[in-house]
Amino acid sequence: MRFTREKHEILEADMTPMIDMTFQLIAFFMLVINFSKVDQAEEIQLPKSDIAKPIKEMDLYTITLNLDQDGSVIHQGQRINDIAAIGSLLQREIHAKQRLGAKTMDEIVAIIRAHEDAETGEVQKLINKCQENELETFRLRVQENK
Amino acid sequence: MKFRGTGKKAEDLRLNMTAMIDIVFQLLVFFILTFKVTAMETDFDISMPLQNSSSSVTDVIPKLIEVTLRANADRDIAAIEVSDGISFQQFNEGEIFRSLTDYVERAISTEGDPSSASETEVEFVIDSKLRYKFSVMAIEAVSGRKLADGSVKTLIEQIKFRNPGGFE
Repeated sequence: MRFTREKHEILEADMTPMIDMTFQLIAFFMLVINFSKVDQAEEIQLPKSDIAKPIKEMDLYTITLNLDQDGSVIHQGQRINDIAAIGSLLQREIHAKQRLGAKTMDEIVAIIRAHEDAETGEVQKLINKCQENELETFRLRVQENK
Repeated sequence: MKFRGTGKKAEDLRLNMTAMIDIVFQLLVFFILTFKVTAMETDFDISMPLQNSSSSVTDVIPKLIEVTLRANADRDIAAIEVSDGISFQQFNEGEIFRSLTDYVERAISTEGDPSSASETEVEFVIDSKLRYKFSVMAIEAVSGRKLADGSVKTLIEQIKFRNPGGFE
C-alpha cells in the first residue's frame, strides 16, 4: 500500500484588521479610563442637578470629603463616624497639599460629596469644620441630571 | 552597469506578531474590566471666607437676600421664606423652587443692570434636619434658570450658609 505524501502548507491568517481593531479599542479605553475615582465613595448617592456648571478646570489641590447619610465622613476609603474627629485628617491633608506646592489656603479646594438624604445640618457641620481648619473654597458635588 | 542583488530572490520577511498580540490583548482585557460607566459629576461653587477675615472692608455692600428653608417631620421641604431686609415672602405650596427662582430673578432685574447679578448675595438659613437634596435644589433655584433651549441663565453667584448647624 502506498501513501501519497501531501505537501503541507503553512496557513497564516491575515492579522492586520484584527490588530487594527484591537488597537482602536485600547486607545478608546485608555481615553475614557479615569483613575481620579479613588476619592469617590461608591455608596454616596449624589443629589441631581440640571444646571450645575460642568467641571471646567481641574483644581490643582483638592480634598474630597464624602458624607454618608448617617453623618459619617468617608475619606479615601476610610470611614470616620464623627465629623468632630476629622480635624487631624484635614490638617494632614492641608500639610500634604502645602508640600505639593499650595501657597495660599484658597488654592486648596474642599470638594464635598454628600449623600442626597444626608441632613443639611451635617453638611454645614462639615463645612464649619473645614472653616476651622482655614479652608475657604468649597464645591458641592452633584450629579448631572440626564 | 550591473546591479548586484537584482537577480536575487527577495526573501519573505515576516515579523513574529505573537508576543505583541498577547500583550495587546492583556491591555485590552485590563481596560475593559476597569471600564465603568458613571454619570457626569458637576459642582456648585460655594465661597465661605472666614468671618474674621478682612473681606468686610469692601467698598460696595452687596445686596443680600436671605432664604430660609424649613423642613417638615419627614425631613422634606415644607416652606421657603425669602427676605431682602425690606419685604418678606413665604412659598409653601405648588412649585416652591420655581417660585424661588422667579423671586430671585425679579429681585435682580429691579436693580436695573442685569450684570449686577454677581453683586447680589444669597444667604441660606437651613433647617438642619432637611434632606441635603432639597438644599441643593434651593441652591440650584437661586443660581440659575434653565432656559427652553437648554442654556442656563445665571442668577446668583455669591452663595453663603449661615449658622452652620442651622436652627433646631
